[in-house]
Amino acid sequence: MFNAILENLPYLLRGFLTNVQLAVFALGGGLFLGALVGLGRISERPWVYHPVTVYVNFLRNIPLILVIFWFYFVMPILVGRTLDPFVSAAVSFIVFEATYFGEIFRAGFQSISKDLVGAAYSTGLNYRQTAAYILVPIAFRRMLPSLITQSIITFQDTSLAYVIGLQEMVRRTTIVDSMEVRSIQLYSFVALLFFIICFVGSRISRHYEEKSRKAKVL
Amino acid sequence: MLAYNFDWGVLWRQPYGEWLLQGLWLTIQLGCLAWVIALSLGILFGTLRSVQFLPLKIIGTVYIEIFRNVPFLVQLFFWFYAGPMLFGQTLQFKINSISGLNYWVAVVALGLYTASRVGEHVRAGFASIGHGQYDAVLSTGMTPLQMYWHVIIPHALRLVIPPLTTEFLTIFKNSSVAMTIGVAETTFMSYKIDEQTFHGLEATTGAMAIYLVLGMTVVKLMDFIETRFRIPGLVRR
Repeated sequence: MFNAILENLPYLLRGFLTNVQLAVFALGGGLFLGALVGLGRISERPWVYHPVTVYVNFLRNIPLILVIFWFYFVMPILVGRTLDPFVSAAVSFIVFEATYFGEIFRAGFQSISKDLVGAAYSTGLNYRQTAAYILVPIAFRRMLPSLITQSIITFQDTSLAYVIGLQEMVRRTTIVDSMEVRSIQLYSFVALLFFIICFVGSRISRHYEEKSRKAKVL
Repeated sequence: MLAYNFDWGVLWRQPYGEWLLQGLWLTIQLGCLAWVIALSLGILFGTLRSVQFLPLKIIGTVYIEIFRNVPFLVQLFFWFYAGPMLFGQTLQFKINSISGLNYWVAVVALGLYTASRVGEHVRAGFASIGHGQYDAVLSTGMTPLQMYWHVIIPHALRLVIPPLTTEFLTIFKNSSVAMTIGVAETTFMSYKIDEQTFHGLEATTGAMAIYLVLGMTVVKLMDFIETRFRIPGLVRR
């Protein structure tokens, strides 16, 4: 009954590895760019704030699948040659997820009260010390649950690279299914793999949420 | 830079301009129909997850966790390819011969998926209502069922209107995934224009503009609803 899965297991799991690799790039780049976007969103310089805000509000209204297509069409024009779908997908994920991570960072930065900064200064800490020992640790602790949740969403989203023909897990499942016609088993298997990782991730996020609620930090 | 001749004419030249508008109409249909399913099931399962009675709580929790932790694309493919097989061989062929099957599968799948997200917001809404209120309502002599129906659910629903606004926006964005099973919504149409003209860049840019306008319209609409149903005395968020 599960022969269709067992016989094609290495092929399918290599596809799953592609999802994981794509997620690693998307998260690494997305968090880095997202932190910059978050800083831009609280910037007092209008020439930083306005362009970043337009970028964030624009992309948050567009479906990811369309962004993936757009970069798939625009990248060859910019680079001058056809690109691997993986590169094109990775770029679109970084640019897209950075807007979501950016808003999480912004909320985290803004959750720090001015009094806390004043208190830190009054103990004699300088700006760098205040940022390193007070602001960043507290903001990070507050952001952690949302960051994990968004990372899970990003991981789920990697399946959408299917649309530009990337050989990820869902694409490979459709290929196997077209030969074996075991749709129920095959798609349940993909669903189960994604479920396990995302469920564990959501439990970790919940754990940190509860922890910070019990600790009642500031 | 590769030499590329921009041809923005594909956005209004016939039949392509009309295709995009037909796509928009289908996007609106998918979003609204799925929203009806998402809202009713979401409120149901979110409420079930919040009640003290364990069997009901488990049903609500299992539904929400399963549908939230599997990518929508995988769910859509499951319902479209595996769904008809679940009914046995004779029925399977009948179901597969229904015309416009992909459209209805997309509506139902999108509704079921979004219901899990709505359910989570509803649960959070219940959780934010203080225990004092439950006690106060029960002390007036209402039964638990009356308490939920007359006090807790109306209160919680108003609290969750802002997050549900975001969810309503998301449902139109997520409806683009229906293109993968051949539903001719906006994203599908922009890709189809690329296949015919090789001007995918212009077509997808046009589709982005359509989603942007749609999104802004929905925000305006929901702003109105939010103001209309605001709880007097609460700070506007």
